Amino acid sequence: MIQELLRKAAQIRRDIIDIVYRSGAGHVGGSLSETDILVTLYYHVMKVDPKNPNWPERDRFVLSKGHSVDAYLCVLADKGFFPKEELNTYSNFGSKYIGHPNNKIPGVEMNTGALGHGLSIGVGMALAAKMDHRKNGVFVLMGDGELAEGSVWEAGMAAAAYGLDNLTAIIDRNGLQISGKTEDVMPLDPLEDKWKSFGWDVSVVDGHDIQKLITVLSPERQIDGKPRLILAKTVKGKGVSFMENNAKWHHGVMNAEQYEKACRELDELLEVLS
Amino acid sequence: MNTIHNRQVVCETLMRIAEKDRDIIVLCSDSRGSASMTAFSEKYPDQFVETGIAEQNIVGIAAGLAASGKKPFVASPACFLTMRSAEQVKIDVAYSNTNVKLLGISAGISYGALGMSHHSLQDIALLRAIPGILIVVPADRHEAGRATEALTQYEGPAYMRLGRNPVEDVYPSPNYDFELGKAITLRDGKDISIITFGETVKIALDTAELLAGRGIGCRVINMHTIKPLDCQSIVQAAAQTGAIMTIEEHSIYGGFGAAVSEVVVQNMPVPMKIMGIPDEPAIPGRTKEVFAHYGIHPENLCAEAEKLIRIKNRRAIS
Repeated sequence: MIQELLRKAAQIRRDIIDIVYRSGAGHVGGSLSETDILVTLYYHVMKVDPKNPNWPERDRFVLSKGHSVDAYLCVLADKGFFPKEELNTYSNFGSKYIGHPNNKIPGVEMNTGALGHGLSIGVGMALAAKMDHRKNGVFVLMGDGELAEGSVWEAGMAAAAYGLDNLTAIIDRNGLQISGKTEDVMPLDPLEDKWKSFGWDVSVVDGHDIQKLITVLSPERQIDGKPRLILAKTVKGKGVSFMENNAKWHHGVMNAEQYEKACRELDELLEVLS
Repeated sequence: MNTIHNRQVVCETLMRIAEKDRDIIVLCSDSRGSASMTAFSEKYPDQFVETGIAEQNIVGIAAGLAASGKKPFVASPACFLTMRSAEQVKIDVAYSNTNVKLLGISAGISYGALGMSHHSLQDIALLRAIPGILIVVPADRHEAGRATEALTQYEGPAYMRLGRNPVEDVYPSPNYDFELGKAITLRDGKDISIITFGETVKIALDTAELLAGRGIGCRVINMHTIKPLDCQSIVQAAAQTGAIMTIEEHSIYGGFGAAVSEVVVQNMPVPMKIMGIPDEPAIPGRTKEVFAHYGIHPENLCAEAEKLIRIKNRRAIS
């Protein structure tokens, strides 16, 4: 099973490179860093039904780091929420497949893109599930640069105050934002302690280790009465050697040579995994 | 003089409807007292969410609740609810098209003596420019109840603007035709129209009465819904009375007068006067004092109306 998920992650990365290169747009670095998290959620953890995207019992997902939409769209297309070829219009004039999540797309719950909004939305969704005695989980994926937004911490307080043990926040902790290292732009550490002090159950995990992600994201791991935070340590640009750990690839655009190199590396990985 | 303020009627109406509709949720940001929602929070603790003083968070939470089928009503001071959480309103509510109702309490210059931090004189300008948000402002307690009822039936983002203090009744009872988006002509006249909303509707009626004594017929239109605007009633007023005065408890920039004039100049240009708060931090004081300072009282409005009619007549001759 893990092998299958690893292969899926490599395939999604390959798809990301394609749509980003084709459109000359996108946020490739953060999409590659979050890919393993999304694959773990959508192919193992979350209950969703691509044929019935509005199924009331579904688990909810909010991509608070909305700019990293490339990976999200590739996962939704691969899951069958919409035909994959529709992504050929990504970033085109009038397309619904824009550079941020758009809830006109089946499977996308909310429009995001302005940072620091997703966790509050997740708190609302988790509260609603509690009010209705629904068992679904709510998952919010945030970037680390995003955590400088004060609204994140407003939501953090509220989630703990309401004991939202159906809410999981995941931080894609790749350590880089558009201007450079998060710790140089606005230091975030000690992040683990910060979230613990806000009343969250915190797990630190390698955000590219799918086996470990499965473990920390499993419903059994959720502690009664506490929201759960997964601090997923990741590499920005993961999977493409020249993009890894380089802030330039936050929203860099590949030339033909770079595109070929990225494809070659991912194709080789796919070969190894098959 | 009526002593029941609009907020109280909003709370009572929501309590009545929430009893049957368990999806009605009220959210407050340490504002349950000032929003008169304490009774709701006590009667329906399971349908009440307190967020503390966190306006960005409260709007995001409301959007999440609405995305899950709830019908959230966020009751928080208008000055904070619309400005601090403007981006959440724009994206989580309007853009995501969630069924969130925003109740901006103590709007306008309700918090008169507290200064510009607490005045809400930009909320209409701001929200009007965001696509998809209905804006409604009741003129009195009866209309507050009717508008609240209507909002519980209306699917989609909406903002209801409420003053803090009790206002004199405009309507003798809640039993009248009220429909979101449809202006109400309270008094007819052929010489000029005053179009207004909220607490200044009563002032407009008093002005019309004074004008009648001077032989001038003044139509008074209560434009309780500012967006979508009842364009037809504005164009008719322009065509049939030939002069329009608007009154608003809001900045004269980008607000209601601007909205009406957009319709007038593009459809039926006639002389207009926009009465409201000029481009300055509003002078502190009680509502009546502040209105008087800015010429929003029947005597001055009569004089302004007469000036406008003179302009209209001069144009007719030339």
